[in-house]
Amino acid sequence: MTFWNDPINFIRQWLETLLVGWGVAPGVAQVILLVAGAAILGVLGLVWVIFLIWYERKIIGRLQDRLGPNRVGPFGLFQPFADMFKIFTKEYITPEGADRVPYNLAPVLAVAGTLMVWGVIPFASRIFGADLAVAVLFVVAAGSIGELGIIFAGWGSNNKYALLGAFRSVAQLISYEIPMVVTLLIPVMLSGSMSLQTIVQSQSIWFVLLAPIPALIFLITQIAEVGRAPFDLIEAESEIVAGFNIEYSGLKFGMFYVAEFLHAFTTAILFAVLFLGGWRGPFAEQIPFLGFVYLWIKTFLIYFLTVVIRGTVPRFRIDQMMDINWKLLTPLSLTMVLVTAVVHSLVRPLGSPLVTLAALLVANALMGLITMQLMRASTRSRRRPMVAPSTIIVARPETERQQSTLE
Amino acid sequence: MTIVQVFFLLVAAVTLFAGVMAVSTRRIMHAALWLILTLFGVAVSFAILESAFFAVVQVVVYIGAIAILLVFAIMLTRQVMVDTGPQLNRGWWIPALLVAGLYAALVGVLSTWSSFQALPAALPAEASDLGRFGLALVDANAYVIPFEVASVLLLGALVGSIFVATDRKG
Repeated sequence: MTFWNDPINFIRQWLETLLVGWGVAPGVAQVILLVAGAAILGVLGLVWVIFLIWYERKIIGRLQDRLGPNRVGPFGLFQPFADMFKIFTKEYITPEGADRVPYNLAPVLAVAGTLMVWGVIPFASRIFGADLAVAVLFVVAAGSIGELGIIFAGWGSNNKYALLGAFRSVAQLISYEIPMVVTLLIPVMLSGSMSLQTIVQSQSIWFVLLAPIPALIFLITQIAEVGRAPFDLIEAESEIVAGFNIEYSGLKFGMFYVAEFLHAFTTAILFAVLFLGGWRGPFAEQIPFLGFVYLWIKTFLIYFLTVVIRGTVPRFRIDQMMDINWKLLTPLSLTMVLVTAVVHSLVRPLGSPLVTLAALLVANALMGLITMQLMRASTRSRRRPMVAPSTIIVARPETERQQSTLE
Repeated sequence: MTIVQVFFLLVAAVTLFAGVMAVSTRRIMHAALWLILTLFGVAVSFAILESAFFAVVQVVVYIGAIAILLVFAIMLTRQVMVDTGPQLNRGWWIPALLVAGLYAALVGVLSTWSSFQALPAALPAEASDLGRFGLALVDANAYVIPFEVASVLLLGALVGSIFVATDRKG
């Protein structure tokens, strides 16, 4: 193992020998290194957001026919630093009548819920925080802690818009958790494990090819979980001002901001790990750092896609948001789990990955066609809106004039 | 004392303190917050016992579902609901005595157990195998009946809640 192949583990081993050389007991040295690793991972995650904010503002700018930040530093790269230092110096304003404990706990929980996921993500074949046997469930648990943060913010602020935002967040995040958890079952089923590392290792064929429809459902639910356009009803500026974070100022607001960007990026990593083969790629086993690069490329593809969706699709109405979840995504994801389970267990004894791929692709295509037909039928049978523009009111001036002249 | 023991004592103290606060705080929202901390402490205890599955399920089910439901129900009332009355009545010492006696009796009984002071043994590798756990839930010789009964109970609750919530005309 050399430094360039596997820098993280190289440094870790060097530090461990150093600590043991200083006379620290090996067990204690392990604990110190784990704590240090967690701290470094968390700090790197938070610092990474600085770059993400620049990247996303730049893309959104281009989508809206603007240049985006371009004043501070080359290509405006230092703009987020300027914003960051500005937000550090701002005043904290606690609204009157706020419930202080949840009010101050909320930004922490929002960031923690996202950062916890980073602990179980396999960044490369030998670079990961912890290879939990229940990592997929852990991701769901961390997500619910983030939701708790939003609810606390809405409750603690003593503001009706914040409370409305929190109600919407409960309605949206918890509803979209159902298809998300159900589609999470499919990579677990295909790989036979809940450990993210094993899921990555068993993707000799990417799961996005074995399960395209569940992958799409997962992507949609993840965008909804982040609460971004087109699912930004939680903080719909034109309806409830800013939703749950309206009463926050200074760094406390900054934490929500950071949590949103970090969450968006984390969902992209999760998609890459679960469906795009994670760090897998040529020579990734021999040179772990290369695996990290592959994962980052795949993640940025997905992240770019979500940013483009954010920049182009308008916000859903709340009834549309509920319809999509309960009438489309939830039944479809449940059916997909059944179909995938049956097809996969029928085909697996043949032992040929190509047959598995073909069978699952056909099953997915069939389910997609059936869904499209059902959706088309339901659109056709839907009642016309009461206030559709009609021609009844418009008198026909020409004919009237003709009639009057005839008389 | 090993590091694990120190950690366990800390977690146990926090869990018990949060549990007491959950029933003694005056604001109902704060009671819910303390309850969440208690449940989290239980999850950490599971993690100390090397049962990652139950630790995570504890967070998903109790914090992710039940605690959010509780908080949501409190939010719907939009009341701070500060309880101003006295929290103890005159007979408080009777249950206190009973509980103290029960605690002493339990500790007394448990201390006669041979492995009362034993350190937890290292678990075998297959103990964290979730496949065995899943198979046990559908094995006729193991837990299939409790598992199915729980499923039927949940289904009944689901049907009942839909029945209660349905807006019937007339």
